[in-house]
Amino acid sequence: MKTVRWSIPLAIFVVLVAFLWVGLGRDPREVPSPLIGKAAPSFALTQLHGDKPLSTAELKGKVWLLNVWASWCVSCRVEHPLLLQLAKAGIVPVYGLDYKDKPDDGRAWLAKNGDPYIASVVDQDGRVGIDYGVYGVPETFVIDRSGIVRYKQIGPLSVESLQEKILPLVRELQK
Amino acid sequence: MVLAAFALVAAATKMDIAADAAFDVRLKKLESELRCLVCQNQTLADSNAMLAEDLRREVRDLALSGKSDAEIRAYLVARYGDFVLYDPPLKRTTWLLWIGPFALLAGGAALWWTILRRREDAAKAMPPPADPDAEARGRALLDDGDEPPHAS
Repeated sequence: MKTVRWSIPLAIFVVLVAFLWVGLGRDPREVPSPLIGKAAPSFALTQLHGDKPLSTAELKGKVWLLNVWASWCVSCRVEHPLLLQLAKAGIVPVYGLDYKDKPDDGRAWLAKNGDPYIASVVDQDGRVGIDYGVYGVPETFVIDRSGIVRYKQIGPLSVESLQEKILPLVRELQK
Repeated sequence: MVLAAFALVAAATKMDIAADAAFDVRLKKLESELRCLVCQNQTLADSNAMLAEDLRREVRDLALSGKSDAEIRAYLVARYGDFVLYDPPLKRTTWLLWIGPFALLAGGAALWWTILRRREDAAKAMPPPADPDAEARGRALLDDGDEPPHAS
């Protein structure tokens, strides 16, 4: 009886601590995307360079990354060196979605900071961004050969997120 | 020709005003049930974030194209997940959220009731005093205590 008396509050306390531990460790800004495992929304947008259109249909058959960026986006500068390295390594083609940006500003930004993208398309009114559930630029999607979204990174890429999540996933999908 | 077109537009506008007011009310209500993803504790209706503006435009366009409220909600959930809804749907992953508080309340009430019952039983089960005289002496001593100690 005595042990029951203090073991119940102790159990409640342990459960509470466990909930708080997990709950407070999470980033409330990271909303799980319902797009994972679903077909990447199709788009046909004008490219930032050359004014040619680019559509998702052309990208079927290869694993590719879609990086959502903008010249006004501050944390895009944080991940930009990593994207340049990734492009240099040539592991996976990276396409850019210049989100809610003026094409001139986008071009100037890439000219200044370097262009890691095979191509960037311009989503001036943000409609394609909405289709992809974009809410915090930069965001990066991993899309597989059949056009299924496999992973979404919200916020800037980091060495850890690339090495632990994105690159292993890309290698797996490229097999 | 141009004048006739203007007149036509004017007539159409007049007719639409009443319908427009109802439409605006509907939009406002819908927007206040949807969450802005950028400033997460604000509704779409309240937020001035760029994304909220775009989403309001999208909601408006969808409503104008004849989509129902449920269809518009489904459109946003497909892109942003259940998180956009201020009222989370009842499903397997959210049942704890919905049932949890009531379960806690019921658990607390049950615990309270058990403790009360146990106390009552304990009071009933108290044995009668072994010596009736001892009880009387005890009472007398307690009554004595009522007087201030330095009175005499």
